[in-house]
Amino acid sequence: MTRSALPGLAIATGVLIAGLLLAFTIGRYPVSLAELGHVLFAKISGHRPDASPAVESVILQVRGPRVLAAALVGAALAVAGTAFQGLFRNPLVSPDILGASSGAALGAVIGIFLSLGVLAIQGFAFVGGLLAVAAVYVIGSAVRARDPILVLVLTGVVVGALLGAGVGLVKYLADPYNQLPAMTFWLLGSLAAANASDLLPLFGPVAIGTAVLIALRWRMNVMSLPEEEARSLGVATGPLRVAIVAAATLTTSASVATAGIIGWVGLVVPHLSRSLVGPDFARLLPTAAILGGGYLLLIDTLARTAAEVEIPLGILTAVIGTPFFIWLLASMQRTWS
Amino acid sequence: MVFSRRTFLGTGAAALLAPRIGHAATVTDATGRALPVPQKVARVFPAGPPAAILLYTLAPDLLLGWPRANRPEECAYMLPDVCARPEVGRITGRGNTANLESVLALKPDLILDVGSASATFVSLAERVQEQTGIPYALLDGRFDATAETYRKLGELTARQAEAEKLARYTDNTLKTIMGRIAAIEPSARPRVYYARGPRGLVTGLGGSINVETIEMLAQNVAGANKGGLGNISIEQLLLWNPDVIVTIDQDFAASVRGDGALASLKAVRDGRVHLSPKMPFGWVDFPPSVNRLIGLWWLAKILYADKFPEDIRAQMRDFYAMFYHRTPDDAQIDHVLAGRD
Repeated sequence: MTRSALPGLAIATGVLIAGLLLAFTIGRYPVSLAELGHVLFAKISGHRPDASPAVESVILQVRGPRVLAAALVGAALAVAGTAFQGLFRNPLVSPDILGASSGAALGAVIGIFLSLGVLAIQGFAFVGGLLAVAAVYVIGSAVRARDPILVLVLTGVVVGALLGAGVGLVKYLADPYNQLPAMTFWLLGSLAAANASDLLPLFGPVAIGTAVLIALRWRMNVMSLPEEEARSLGVATGPLRVAIVAAATLTTSASVATAGIIGWVGLVVPHLSRSLVGPDFARLLPTAAILGGGYLLLIDTLARTAAEVEIPLGILTAVIGTPFFIWLLASMQRTWS
Repeated sequence: MVFSRRTFLGTGAAALLAPRIGHAATVTDATGRALPVPQKVARVFPAGPPAAILLYTLAPDLLLGWPRANRPEECAYMLPDVCARPEVGRITGRGNTANLESVLALKPDLILDVGSASATFVSLAERVQEQTGIPYALLDGRFDATAETYRKLGELTARQAEAEKLARYTDNTLKTIMGRIAAIEPSARPRVYYARGPRGLVTGLGGSINVETIEMLAQNVAGANKGGLGNISIEQLLLWNPDVIVTIDQDFAASVRGDGALASLKAVRDGRVHLSPKMPFGWVDFPPSVNRLIGLWWLAKILYADKFPEDIRAQMRDFYAMFYHRTPDDAQIDHVLAGRD
């Protein structure tokens, strides 16, 4: 590792800054740069803003929280994806590999089915994600096998399929006029409803999970080695694996609970980051967080400004992510062996 | 066959038609097919919720069952024994849950579908009729075709007189309401946002069946985008800044006043956020059937209070008595008008 991380980190930061600038200045509601400056300056300095209350509420209550939520969700998914790709030593792994998204989806559709409020639906999704991964981990560890990682991934895939069937069943039973559209919209992923009260429940778990992963950065490098080599270097792989999975699941579940299912970010961004700063987790994790935040900000800005009706985030990220994924498959030998 | 003299003399028009019905009378349904009128209709299978409601209002005794079992709260507004009939699933619409063998086992004389006559549903109607050998009538489910649909259903089920009564009420309601607002330029009508979903950010786009009645009376702020249901952003809602918000979601209606992001909306400041009644069937949106007729009065009143001095309570009582066959008491009327489940 002689390569400097600086140019890569600078590019990632550039993307995030560009994302923030674009996201704050573009939107359905016309806000001039001067008004934006006034309101933000007034917020920081505590003065009365020199803009209409409507503009102030757009910036502080609507666009601001959404921009922050997009950056947080993007960062969370990218960090979780990076951690899982390292842990499973596989470039094709994404944060939902252990069933976090499927569990969250089942929790959310059950919440909608029971006609609960927004907060309860988000709570169900969050808990659903955690429970699903916990179940996968317990089952995966109970199976005695030579390759515990492979068993874990397979268990995740199988349990994910079962939870997917559960989502299908709840949709089938749901009221087709009211609940079914709500479920469909939720599953497509969107930040359209993000508001200030969403930020704390999102920020808390994401910050804790990311902090744990960054604290474990050196050990995560060792975890990328084959199991026997990691053990011979004195790393307790079992407990470390639990910690990594728990931290990554915490960030994934929190972001899925807020934004619904958004695929691809957790798959694409870790690769982009790796090509920018290399595989060392000490550099990779912060870069992935910054780049992920910027990437989802750019996508969300497109989703909310392209038309009067929102384009679901899950659709946009997939449309952009799929060509990248194909390119990745085509060039994998070069980068991973 | 025994003909009662009273029936024969009582309904002149029906009596005149009777010999034709006995032989080869046909009704042209929305698919354009000339459907032979069945000799005897005693059991009708509703293909979906709109058909079940329409049939219940005209001839509750013929209804075999419901696409989904009704909840006890809903049955408080309907004939208890009919309301309690079993769940039979649906053949049409989103999510087909009825098994054709169980449809056959119920021995219906007619399968009734009310809704869209697009190619998908026309071919479905033909296929089910071919497979089961039971006449499958697909009637026009558009709101402004309701009176015509009643008359056709009346012919199919030999309930012409009763159908004519409901059709007249429908015609009169539409004529009265549309007549009173006819002089108002479309651009001068209130700009309405229709809010669905717990955060109120799902809305019916232009031409969607969900906002059919709203678009008859007012301007739909989302109307420029054609389509079904769409998700919009809070910013877009602020930009539209509607005069009136109509919602079916109790959570949204309860939280909208305390929501800082929406406080600057004109409709919120003016206190014009209205929660739609929904018992036993929704007044604005779903199921898209005749239940929206009383909703049209309600919408007209909240949109043009000065032009519609009628007492909505009395109108609701009349409508429920005539269409749902049960007169609600005062407490029930309060409950429904408050938009509660």
